[in-house]
Amino acid sequence: MTIKDKNPIDPQAQPTPAIELNQVVHSYSKDSPLCFSKWTVEVGQQVFLYGDSGSGKSTLLNLLSGILAPQQGSIKLFGNDITKFSNRRRDRFRAENIGVVFQQFNLIPYLSVAKNIELAVYLAKSPKQKLSEPILQLMAALKLPNSILNTPVASLSVGQQQRVAIMRAFINSPKLLLIDEPTSALDNNAKQGFVTLLLEMCQTHNTSMVFVSHDTSLEPLFSLHTPITAICNAQTTEEVS
Amino acid sequence: MLTSIIWRSLISRRKTVVLTFLSLVVSISVLISVEHIRSQAKESFNRTISGVDLIVGAPSGELNLLLYSIFRMGSPTNNINYDSFTMLKANKSVAWAIPISLGDSHHGFRVMGTNSDYFQYFKYANKKALDLAQGEVFDSPFEAVIGADVAKTLGYKLGDKLVLSHGIGSTSFVHHEQAPFTVSGIIAATGTPVDKTVHVNLAAIEAIHLPPAQLKELVEDPHSHHHPTEKITAVLLGLNNRFATFTLQRHINTYQDDRLMAVLPGVAMTQLWSLMGNIETLLQVIGFLVLLASLFGLATMLLATMNERQKEIAVFRILGASPIFILSLVILEALVISFMALITAFIVVTFLLMGLEGWLTAEYGLFLNQNLFTQDSLNLSLIILGATGVTALVPGIEAYKKALHSQLSG
Repeated sequence: MTIKDKNPIDPQAQPTPAIELNQVVHSYSKDSPLCFSKWTVEVGQQVFLYGDSGSGKSTLLNLLSGILAPQQGSIKLFGNDITKFSNRRRDRFRAENIGVVFQQFNLIPYLSVAKNIELAVYLAKSPKQKLSEPILQLMAALKLPNSILNTPVASLSVGQQQRVAIMRAFINSPKLLLIDEPTSALDNNAKQGFVTLLLEMCQTHNTSMVFVSHDTSLEPLFSLHTPITAICNAQTTEEVS
Repeated sequence: MLTSIIWRSLISRRKTVVLTFLSLVVSISVLISVEHIRSQAKESFNRTISGVDLIVGAPSGELNLLLYSIFRMGSPTNNINYDSFTMLKANKSVAWAIPISLGDSHHGFRVMGTNSDYFQYFKYANKKALDLAQGEVFDSPFEAVIGADVAKTLGYKLGDKLVLSHGIGSTSFVHHEQAPFTVSGIIAATGTPVDKTVHVNLAAIEAIHLPPAQLKELVEDPHSHHHPTEKITAVLLGLNNRFATFTLQRHINTYQDDRLMAVLPGVAMTQLWSLMGNIETLLQVIGFLVLLASLFGLATMLLATMNERQKEIAVFRILGASPIFILSLVILEALVISFMALITAFIVVTFLLMGLEGWLTAEYGLFLNQNLFTQDSLNLSLIILGATGVTALVPGIEAYKKALHSQLSG
């Protein structure tokens, strides 16, 4: 796949975008529907998505990952409209193509680091022999010692856990990475280092990324920024396009 | 992969898991022991006697007569005259008559005085005759034929001497020491009270109760005196024609020269079994209730952990696990606990039966087969596993729903 990095000139000439949202409506309850107007992220782009709590960031990530299905509209990921997929197919698509890192709690606490990563590989149904080689590269890149593999997750520090979570997110070579406030448990220095590392890895692997945060201090590290208010409007569907 | 996840997950919650496991082990053990004892009791009970048409003894309860004459339990209330036995034997509808005389014991095993007809006509199980594993039927008065368990427990071989004790308790202070008996034969195991019996000649029973001086003479020269037997405990009758049973029974019950009572073994057995039947049902119900309680405990344990597992479920979901995967994870965890409990319970009960076998046989006349792996217990295992699956469905569905609504933000 060829990458035209960060220059959206002519939509017609572009390859299929990584994310293409179109008039998506989702409501948890009947009175307050969340509407997401048109939004596009190109392949290989890393977007910083910011906004206040409760403004629909997490809902957007849930919709993108396919855990929530919208009531209306279409979500195209690399040309596949995941809203038209069956539940099972959506789960498969997520396992194979999307890596996710949460605010905290990314790993199964009672499994070792190695088992957590194997689990991701298992659920993505990718062949097993692929595992050992990239895992060592990833660990080196993330500055994780090899000995960590057989450690139970529960005995790792928060920072280590977050790096393991990134390692796991990358293990199936995902095309899209969804990151939700991963740094809230880290101190300032660790934060910067973490995000820089993440961006480097995305660029090496040519991974598209949506990085959600309300922490504007991280904003300068990204070249693309989208305020959530630009795509989400809690009142009407038609207003922003 | 799934197995190692289940295993790790159970280990991480080992305290609750172990407690749930133990409560299941206890309840499943109760259930399988009850089931096993029930089926085995019925079987060992029914094989005790076969082919005897009437049991005649002194008037008491039907059950009492059956218990002491066949099961060697309880004590005979009264004796009957030997003349009555001769009368019965002479009756034209009687094919064979076996006299039995009870009241003595040897190290807790009952001693029964009888004659050689016993070895010819007495049948057990499916009309099987008694079979001598070693030696032969007693010939002289002071010889004894012992049951398989007597030989095994006391380590007797042919030619060994044994001393009878007066009374039927396992401890007795009156021993018939002047008149030791020689083991002349050992009966092959039957799985009935015969195995626990020392059989001696009817005449010997009479003899050992003689005054010491006379007994001494008799021991020195067995043919010096002939003391006719006067009293016996009961008579087992086989008839030529089964239709004569009721006529003969009436005849015996109204016999003028002695106080006699005749019972049909089948009727008395049914009566006895129906008595035990209530207890059996009660035990069964209690067993199932205990199991039910443990299954509720299992469901509670799983439900209680569902809240703390919500985040874990979100992680599974985000990695692409389907809600069905999570549902099966919960159900399989429950099944693993239940399956291990089942295996442990089988082991526990097997050892328990081994340990209690002697006591059960001595106290209740139960002959238990230690093989628990019958069709019935297999069915029971399947029922238990099925019930576990159903029980785990509630927390499983809870997990499924949580999985459907799990959110990215933790």
